[in-house]
Amino acid sequence: MMTEASLPARPTRPMTQRLSTVADMRPTDDFLERPQKVVATNVNFFYGSHQALYDVSLRMPQNCVTALIGPSGCGKSTFLRCLNRMNDMIEGTRVEGTILLDDVDIYRPKTDVVELRKRVGMVFQKSNPFPKSIYENVAYGPRVAGVKQREVLDGIVEQSLRRSALWEEVSDRLNESALRLSGGQQQRLCIARALATDPDVLLMDEPASALDPKSTARIEDLIFELKDTYTIVIVTHNMQQAARVSDQTAFFYEGHLVEAGATTDVFTKPRQKQTEEYITGRFG
Amino acid sequence: MSSLPRNGRPYAKLASQLFAYACAACAFSSVAILVLLLSQMLRFAWGWLDWQFITSFDSQLSPDKAGVRAALVGSIYLIALTTLFSVPIGVGSAIYLEEYAQRSRWRGIVQTNIANLAGVPSIVYGILGLGLFVRGMQMGAGVLAGALTLTLVVLPIVILASQEALRAVPSTIRQASYALGATRWQTVWHQLLPAALPGIMTGVILALSRALGEAAPLVAIGAAGFVMFTPRGINDSFTALPLQIYNWTENANDDFRIHVAAAGIIVLMVMLICLNATAVFLRYRFGKRIHW
Ligand SMILES: Nc1ncnc2c1ncn2[C@@H]1O[C@H](COP(=O)(O)OP(=O)(O)O)[C@@H](O)[C@H]1O
Ligand SMILES: [Mg+2]
Repeated sequence: MMTEASLPARPTRPMTQRLSTVADMRPTDDFLERPQKVVATNVNFFYGSHQALYDVSLRMPQNCVTALIGPSGCGKSTFLRCLNRMNDMIEGTRVEGTILLDDVDIYRPKTDVVELRKRVGMVFQKSNPFPKSIYENVAYGPRVAGVKQREVLDGIVEQSLRRSALWEEVSDRLNESALRLSGGQQQRLCIARALATDPDVLLMDEPASALDPKSTARIEDLIFELKDTYTIVIVTHNMQQAARVSDQTAFFYEGHLVEAGATTDVFTKPRQKQTEEYITGRFG
Repeated sequence: MSSLPRNGRPYAKLASQLFAYACAACAFSSVAILVLLLSQMLRFAWGWLDWQFITSFDSQLSPDKAGVRAALVGSIYLIALTTLFSVPIGVGSAIYLEEYAQRSRWRGIVQTNIANLAGVPSIVYGILGLGLFVRGMQMGAGVLAGALTLTLVVLPIVILASQEALRAVPSTIRQASYALGATRWQTVWHQLLPAALPGIMTGVILALSRALGEAAPLVAIGAAGFVMFTPRGINDSFTALPLQIYNWTENANDDFRIHVAAAGIIVLMVMLICLNATAVFLRYRFGKRIHW
């Protein structure tokens, strides 16, 4: 079993400082009494006849980072895509159960999916900037939402790039192609692009898995800053990363949510044997 | 005993080399045939292809006075109208099939039929055009009927090429756009079409160069072979370059049959080369801006 001292260090922030933040939220029960931003209840998910999620219930508190961990193929991305209904794009899929965003079921028939996706932003595993300028990438969300005035767009672009800690690096070349940026910069651009629609929730599917350690550290720092404003759900393959950035950790295994709780608890005193085996690296 | 090569590699190497030579010979012979054809045509057309040839109408009796004016203008009208009809319908169909239609049996049937239609001989479209446009809608064998018939010929090609181009846009671009709250149409208009444009344009231009060279469907709808005016309205009768050339080659007079026809062929070839050069240019120009 891991002890607190054996938790991996956050690369740019002193260990103690980071841990005290998590410690503030103990015990677990207090943690879950914070306002609930997204609440999934008894979610089953099917790709055609293949069931990928079994009866998943998870509460994602406001201004918290929830990390989804588990071996490859256990349904983390599937669950994440349920939260902004990106699974709707895949033909033949079906969802059961309820997912509440601010107490409203996002799967009720009246839901405007376009509106939902503006409130629940998403960052993908592989950075996927549009083959357009840096400016146009960030301005795309507001533009499709109907913002036309140049000054308003300029403001949104600058603010989003500042929030994603990219402004200093690109402010003098906003009209250059986004594809010229480095991998880490591209991923921060994708975060800026997601922030530009002014979402409440930010979903990140292994946002740093394709990046070098330095860029990864930047993204992790960024997540730490962004949670003051947003509710973040992040999928990660990397145990250390989950331990470093998240407040709550949810462990998935073969479509089931095995265990969820405050990150320090899950990592230091997991209740389930499977969780313990996974975080200590015995499988997956 | 051990005179056999141990693993047969020397033979494999020889075979591979022979194969490479055979392939090179095939490639070379196709170029050689093209050069031969062109040089032959140029030789026949020499002295006949001049400014007078471009600006004059056809002549019944004197080869010296004959020209391609009516056919050239007719072909340009035809291509312009065919583009006007086939691009919106073709690209629209491709967008529907790729981005909107659910994967269903019905869609499968439509898709298979489009692929089959691309292989239907153009004379069949000519007969359809005759029945549908010339007689059914009473357009007569005018420019409009001709362009609509050629639209039928090229539409499957335009649809298939546009589908191909849309499919080549990475799905990560679609996902990014939808995840930002863009509607289907916004995603198509702002992301997919711009990214697919070079591919679509190349397909359209190749389809148009096919339309430019088609004589059979125009013969079938009853387009004129001998025209002494350029069309003033879309229902005026017309002739086109391939039709005009065909007509000359049927003439008993050797000057018409060989020299005037060759001059016409050169004009047609130049137009085709221009179209293809445009396709290459567009591909290069727009292709450069997008690196996935
Ligand atoms: N588009 C899809 N169509 C069919 N099955 C899928 C699709 N995406 C994922 N799956 C299946 O659903 C299960 C969970 O996948 P996923 O959510 O991607 O796992 P993870 O993100 O945890 O690696 C896997 O068995 C996978 O094969
Ligand atoms: Mg995944």
